[in-house]
Amino acid sequence: MAGSARALTQRRPLGDRVFQALALVAGLLVLAILVLIAVATTQQSTSWFSHEGITGIFSTTWDPAHNKFGALSFIYGSVVTALIAVVLAVPVSVAVALLLTEVVPYRWARPIVYVIDLLAVVPSVVWGLWGILVFAPWVAPHVYSPVASALKGIPVLGNLFGPSSGGLVSGASFFTAGLILAFMITPIVTSLSREVIATVPDIDREGAYALGATRWEMIRGVVFPHSQGGIVGAVLLGLGRAMGETIAAALVIGSSPVITSHLFSTGYNMPAVIANQFGESSGVFRAALLGLGVLLFVLTIIVNLIARGIVARSMARQRGA
Amino acid sequence: MQPRGRKQVAAGIGGIAALAVAVSLSACSSPSSPSGGNSPTAAPLTGTLNGSGSTFQTTFQQAAISQFKQIQPGMTVNYGGGGSGKGRSDLASGVVNYAGSDSPIPTTEASNFAGKTILYFPVVIGPITMSYNLPNVSNLKLDPTVIASIFQGTITTWNNPAITALNPGVSLPSTPITTVVRADSSGTTANFSLFLQTAEPSVWKLGSSSTISWPHSARAAQGNSGIAQVIKSTQGAIGYVDYADAKASGLTFASVKNSSGNFIAPSPASASASAAGVTVNPDLTFHAVWGSGAQAYPITYQSWILVNAKQPNANDAKMLQAYIGYLLGDGQKLLNQLGYATLPASIDQMAKAQLSKITG
Repeated sequence: MAGSARALTQRRPLGDRVFQALALVAGLLVLAILVLIAVATTQQSTSWFSHEGITGIFSTTWDPAHNKFGALSFIYGSVVTALIAVVLAVPVSVAVALLLTEVVPYRWARPIVYVIDLLAVVPSVVWGLWGILVFAPWVAPHVYSPVASALKGIPVLGNLFGPSSGGLVSGASFFTAGLILAFMITPIVTSLSREVIATVPDIDREGAYALGATRWEMIRGVVFPHSQGGIVGAVLLGLGRAMGETIAAALVIGSSPVITSHLFSTGYNMPAVIANQFGESSGVFRAALLGLGVLLFVLTIIVNLIARGIVARSMARQRGA
Repeated sequence: MQPRGRKQVAAGIGGIAALAVAVSLSACSSPSSPSGGNSPTAAPLTGTLNGSGSTFQTTFQQAAISQFKQIQPGMTVNYGGGGSGKGRSDLASGVVNYAGSDSPIPTTEASNFAGKTILYFPVVIGPITMSYNLPNVSNLKLDPTVIASIFQGTITTWNNPAITALNPGVSLPSTPITTVVRADSSGTTANFSLFLQTAEPSVWKLGSSSTISWPHSARAAQGNSGIAQVIKSTQGAIGYVDYADAKASGLTFASVKNSSGNFIAPSPASASASAAGVTVNPDLTFHAVWGSGAQAYPITYQSWILVNAKQPNANDAKMLQAYIGYLLGDGQKLLNQLGYATLPASIDQMAKAQLSKITG
């Protein structure tokens, strides 16, 4: 053991090299699967791209009976529902993560963590069924309708939450879908944020307290800067799940392709239309549904890149300050 | 005790008949009718048949499979559902031995079956109800024009003159109409829209397809049972629901004006009457909607079993003949109690005659 100071150039032991090879293969496999899926779905959807052209694809008319497959209302629905989910879920998740790491003693935090992790294993179809059978019928008359009539006519708020067709009766709407998605991503974002926040060195916290910081000042000055990158990673993972979530969205979104600022209106998003209509599709119709999958893939990448850009910028600014 | 005894005797006779046929088949090795008349082929067969497709057929298939097990204990038949489109693509790729489909192979899928001969065996007929929720209105009458206008969103209240004109003496409320449609693509949607397109081509502008671009005011729900649930819980709602599901959910449904001008309520008998009054193509494709006949219920649809005429081996061919033969024979007796309608005798005979075209 004492004489193990090998030169770095020396060949490493077999176990090491095997492990390196395995790790490399695993990494490349993930990449290869991703590329193969992208290539195969793109190939399958070429007839849609050639049938509609760019303007057709980004039109709002989705009418299989007349061979018109415009995707814009689904893209819009995906972005809107994912945004609602993230806006609602992230503050709650980060707050719960802070509560568990900074406020509640470890012994009591444990059971809370278990419960939150349990939420993460509720199957999405159960979320969807609960959403459409229990949540939506209750929330429409008790929350949506009063809110809609209260905010009617007020600029911006009235445009977002004012009265609209569909959702106010059944409860199935962009907002319900976003809310259910928020429920679904909260456990993930909470879990990951908690893990990251737990890595903040105690000595930093104690340093902040020693300088006379209150708990909030300590969190703002020490915990956030240290865990910002990780929390953003958690949010991105949640966003990815919200954009790709299928069955729950298909059940509660209302299945009506429209573009409107009214969040209580019934809508549609990309995963939901694929799930709903794939079974009986053929020809260009099927190609269009597969093409929606490709667009969803691209959209997720774009959103991720934008989010990463924002993070990089804010982190650079913080370092500069 | 007694029924079982009878069945055994019947099966025995059928067995002898089938055995004779099997012998004659192997003797002259030319395709001939495998089963004369209605008796199921009961020569003991062993093996597995897999099918998938039409969810409309699922209840019938499940009931038929469990009954068929008593005739052919050595055979295992599975039916996976999943939708007509899935059934057809499974059949094209050879995943299943037979597919259930509510519509003939569309031209867009023809290339999947290039070089193969696909046989159509109609097996079930069923009415699609116009189910509604209007308290105190139990006997609503509708005609295709009004139905088309309701689902296109041009008639929006129940006391619209077009509806009251069809229902003299009935006091209809001013409740707004909520149309309930399928969120998932469906053979029921395809056949309902086909009915409107066939009956009222000048009024109906939304086309015919498994997915329709409905007006934004329509409420979408998953599956027949999903629509039924929304209608039940929404006053003023109307939707198209498969007869069996409408009955099971206790919905009220309208009588619909047929091509002879009579208002007919949906029932197994009136659905069979509609199918009896349509033109059947030589390949046994047809559309049961808008059939002629005084007692025909016009929104009637059908479902086929699709198989490859050329099977990879003789055993598969025999198993398919036995199972489809059962569906067309004794299996038809199961239909009424399950909420389906039986095939008209003429179509049933044509389908049975076609069994011999399945060859190994």
